[in-house]
Amino acid sequence: MSLFDWFANRRKADPTSREGQEREIADGLWTKCESCSVLTYTKDLQANQMVCLECGHHLRVYSEERIHQLLDPGTWMPLDQGLQPTDPLKFRDRKSYSDRLRETQEKTGLVDAVQTGLGQLEGLPLALGVMDFQFMGGSMGSVVGEKFTRMIERATATRLPVVIVCASGGARMQEGMLSLMQMAKISGALERHREQRLLYIPVLTHPTTGGVTASFAMLGDIILAEPKATIGFAGRRVVEQTLREKLPENFQTAEYLLFHGFVDAIVLRTQLKRTLGQLIRLHQPVKALHSQRSEMTATLNTVDQPSTLQNLLLDY
Amino acid sequence: MPTTDRKPILLDFEKPLVELEARINQIRELAEENEVDVSDQIHQLELRAVQLRQEIFSGLSPTQRLQVARHPRRPSTLDYVQAITDEWVELHGDRCGADDLALVGGIARFAGRSVVILGHQKGRDTKDNIARNFGMASPGGYRKAMRLMEHADRFEMPILTFIDTPGAWTGLDAEQMGQGEAIAYNLREMFRLNVPILCTVIGEGGSGGALGIGVSDRLLMFEHSVYTVATPEACASILWRDVTKAPQAAEALKMTAHDLKHLGILDQLLPEPVGGAHADPLKASAVLKENLLRHLAELDQMTNAQRREARYQKFRSIGVFIEAAT
Repeated sequence: MSLFDWFANRRKADPTSREGQEREIADGLWTKCESCSVLTYTKDLQANQMVCLECGHHLRVYSEERIHQLLDPGTWMPLDQGLQPTDPLKFRDRKSYSDRLRETQEKTGLVDAVQTGLGQLEGLPLALGVMDFQFMGGSMGSVVGEKFTRMIERATATRLPVVIVCASGGARMQEGMLSLMQMAKISGALERHREQRLLYIPVLTHPTTGGVTASFAMLGDIILAEPKATIGFAGRRVVEQTLREKLPENFQTAEYLLFHGFVDAIVLRTQLKRTLGQLIRLHQPVKALHSQRSEMTATLNTVDQPSTLQNLLLDY
Repeated sequence: MPTTDRKPILLDFEKPLVELEARINQIRELAEENEVDVSDQIHQLELRAVQLRQEIFSGLSPTQRLQVARHPRRPSTLDYVQAITDEWVELHGDRCGADDLALVGGIARFAGRSVVILGHQKGRDTKDNIARNFGMASPGGYRKAMRLMEHADRFEMPILTFIDTPGAWTGLDAEQMGQGEAIAYNLREMFRLNVPILCTVIGEGGSGGALGIGVSDRLLMFEHSVYTVATPEACASILWRDVTKAPQAAEALKMTAHDLKHLGILDQLLPEPVGGAHADPLKASAVLKENLLRHLAELDQMTNAQRREARYQKFRSIGVFIEAAT
């Protein structure tokens, strides 16, 4: 069979070639970039942390993969995996909340919209929370609030820095006021963490909006964001409706927030682990630095120029 | 206080009551014209009217309560300030370039002591409402609030906050000035303050815009007020994709004072005069003052550290989930 025949057969077998293409995408072998539409072999894309090799667009990453990207292999120790959502309001919109929860849990294999735990990043111990947008839009209900609060409390007690990767549409309406109050609860826990002079770095990824923006996402000592991520308080549609006018194109992007002074830096995903490591090391107490430095000087006893030593320490 | 000589603004569910009252007046006029004594009958009918009003207002649906909470004559923050304090100096500005009229604040003498009072402020008429942005506060409002709370903490004055907002302002300027950051900052810092904080929902408690001055030692709420994660209209358009489903959303969100008491979020439900707080603002103010004083007296008994710990634990315990062994 010639190549031409193969194509002809294929077209015959699958008249709507577009469907065929999407099936292959669904199979997961190839992934189409939502920005430049280029198909990339998924394994290559994963190796580049789901950043498009063609245009640099940051594709969505869910919690499991994010943890894998940020932590040193084998160091992830999940916390409070037994916490499960329930339906305290017996909430029903077009579907009951209990059904929605069950279906989402089956589809995603997740219990709720966040994973929390302890681990090491470039050898540095930390508490890490990662929100998962595929679970009801990463919305924050009682479980998200409780898991974050317990993680932050543990970090405070054990003097660990906290990193939270945000991806959420905001408070989960199906838990009503219980969801809204999680904003205060987590902020309270962060206040205690802060009081102990411990470092907290939220990483804002696409999208970070609503009640998450109006609480822990904006409470970082240092706030990082991924390129082009949507970050805002009200949804773009709401703002448009409020004003009845067109909004600037970059409105509510990470770049917009950087321009207006609400994030410290936009960091490429491929640089995120390194940047977090660098920031955490820069905040380590002098004592810890001393012990590291003496180890370093011991091994580098031939280096006597302080500037060289400093460079080496920064790289370390 | 809203003056009583203005024509009352009636809600649709008050219709049977209005009809009955109209009939009583009609009978009275007819009796006068014809010089017939019907005072017994009129008395009976008037009793029935009081009863009817009580019946209507004790069985309000969440949507109807929302109508009462949004009533244009409902007493506002500044109305209550006037009624419950002996002195009041309003203060302005966030010291970052803005003074938001949708969130007012100042220092007052309250039962002999100095307190800082903060609250959302809706307008009394259309013009006033435009100036006050319908009680939707901007980042500058939350920053002014924080500045005044810091002041209260420094001079050891208790803080009273009054919530009455459809939600925080969602304009382009609000995003640009960091609405999320402004609210978030208040949420965290209010846990740090040493002085007692009492928060009362006097009308509409709309989402993060309400919570931005809502971290407190005690949460009080008037009977017909609502406090919700999202307005029923917003919730309906997001979850039902149909804004006409707002009544269902209002029901599902569990936003009334009774619901929130049941969920353990509310500390004190404040009964309203029959017909709502706007029917008798002075009576509502008296209830408010009495309850604020009682809770303040309790909080006075605690040390700073005890209060902060209790405030933390109050919010710490909110949330419903199942914990399975792993």
